[in-house]
Amino acid sequence: MSAEWSEAFTATFIVIAAFLCGAAGIGLLRFPDVLSRLHAATKPQILGLGLIVVDVAVSNISLATIAFAIAILFFQGLTAPISAHMVGRAAYRGDHLRRDLLVTDELADAVSRADERSSRRSDRRDDDRLGGGDDGAHETD
Amino acid sequence: MQIALVVAGVMFGIGALAAVYRIVTGPSLLDRVIASDVLVVTIMCVIGAEMAVNHHTDTLPVMLVLGMFGIIGSVSIARFMAKQDST
Repeated sequence: MSAEWSEAFTATFIVIAAFLCGAAGIGLLRFPDVLSRLHAATKPQILGLGLIVVDVAVSNISLATIAFAIAILFFQGLTAPISAHMVGRAAYRGDHLRRDLLVTDELADAVSRADERSSRRSDRRDDDRLGGGDDGAHETD
Repeated sequence: MQIALVVAGVMFGIGALAAVYRIVTGPSLLDRVIASDVLVVTIMCVIGAEMAVNHHTDTLPVMLVLGMFGIIGSVSIARFMAKQDST
């Protein structure tokens, strides 16, 4: 009985994780721009992988396996948001998004203000140095 | 169990093939980065599913290393692109 239950548990979790991976693939194919594809792609990175790792840890329980499972989950949960944030930031800065699909754009004000401030600062610095053209002043982000 | 495994294999295959298609014909570099992340995660899920079905833990370090590898690659590419585009 216990073996049957464990097998049913394993099968259920694997099917859910596979469904998440397949949904991410379909979302990658059908969504229109980088930000919406990012939304589709980050689902299996945490949820699907968490299901699989819990599945491995349950199917053969030992201290080493559970430690590995916690390490994988912790690492993935720490770094997947970082990578998604970096990709989304690069997409916004590099204009790889369709602005007509955005409902609201709260970042545009901040970006235009920062650009204005950095251009003013670089102008002042150029005046101080009597027009010494250095590119380092534009490197503020 | 067998039916569940076949269904799971088909779904994993759809995800991986869609990711490969998006890597080949992505309009921008960031689409390719996202798709390669999805491909790495799909491979990790398949490795883990194989471990859970066959009741062994030999490839857990492979999962850990794959996760680290995918994250470092996508972060470095995104950072490099941001610097290139802001000039």
